[in-house]
Amino acid sequence: MSGKQGDDGGSFEDRLAVARRKQGLDAPPPAAGGPAKGGMSAMGIGLRVGVELVSALVVAIAIGWWLDSFFHTRPFLLMLFVLLGGAAGLMNVWRLLMPKDSAAKK
Amino acid sequence: MAAEHTIDALGQFELHPVLGAVGRSVGFSQSSMMMVIAAVLTIALLVVGMSAKAVVPGRLQAMAEMLYDFVYKMCIEQIGEEGKKFFPFVFTLFTFILLGNLMGLLPFSFTYTSHIAVTFGLAAMVIVLVTVVALAIHGLHFFSYFFPKGAPIALSPLIVTVEIISYLSRPVSLSIRLFANMVAGHVMFEVFASFIVMMAGAGLVGYLGGVGPLALNVILMGFELLVACLQAYVFAVLTCIYLHDAVHLH
Repeated sequence: MSGKQGDDGGSFEDRLAVARRKQGLDAPPPAAGGPAKGGMSAMGIGLRVGVELVSALVVAIAIGWWLDSFFHTRPFLLMLFVLLGGAAGLMNVWRLLMPKDSAAKK
Repeated sequence: MAAEHTIDALGQFELHPVLGAVGRSVGFSQSSMMMVIAAVLTIALLVVGMSAKAVVPGRLQAMAEMLYDFVYKMCIEQIGEEGKKFFPFVFTLFTFILLGNLMGLLPFSFTYTSHIAVTFGLAAMVIVLVTVVALAIHGLHFFSYFFPKGAPIALSPLIVTVEIISYLSRPVSLSIRLFANMVAGHVMFEVFASFIVMMAGAGLVGYLGGVGPLALNVILMGFELLVACLQAYVFAVLTCIYLHDAVHLH
């Protein structure tokens, strides 16, 4: 076993690791795992995005409606919360599609 | 009465009392009965399956062990070491939804996960548990979850409101996803099945034409089996992810 790759100085473990990496035997580091959305089809992603958008909007409208009847300000808080709900829905989608990026930057 | 040629795709989701007069007086519907059957089947699988205690498991024991292992690994992977504490909850949730979805595909059966009341009940349970766990572990520090570090303080009213809406939308999206998938699948079954009957009413040519929707329904059954397992998995995994957030705060 002549050291062909020049780093004869390294221990056996190092050389083994280098050789394994060269042959692609090691599994890639599981860094980009994300919360288990491995085998999701394009259709599955589309459905999830739709559901996330709608559900945030539904919650926001419910809150706006309830606050309006509480403060007797009928359409105004509802209008505000529709906008906020849209923003929350987009944030849900953002979290869904790039969970690791945003977590790494924090 | 043109009832002959209308497609009643939603009638299958109606609740009827079962078990005669007793069931009627307490409002025991076929949905409740399927839930009881699911619970009994789960317990039976675990008790009967594990009663052999063989080193080399038989079919039932292998099924029980694989189910257990699958959920256990999911808990550990998603939540971390603390996931062991939540394993019983996630396991119950997963098997209940999985059996509900799968048993609903049997003829003359009923899919209790096709009712938003059921799925939202489950999702509400999850979100209450997640919030209680987060409050128990982190105390009032939990509320920093709604305001990301480093954001400008002037924007806090906006960010906190949006974050709270986003947090509250979790149970809604969780329940709507499961409910919508189940309803959509069963409505498609019903519609294509009605096409077969309608075609058959058109005579000999109709018999040949009816093969099309029949083949579609066969394909759809395979697809629905996938959806049934996938949606139970998605529900359980999302529960684990929310629990991870509650335990670790981000």
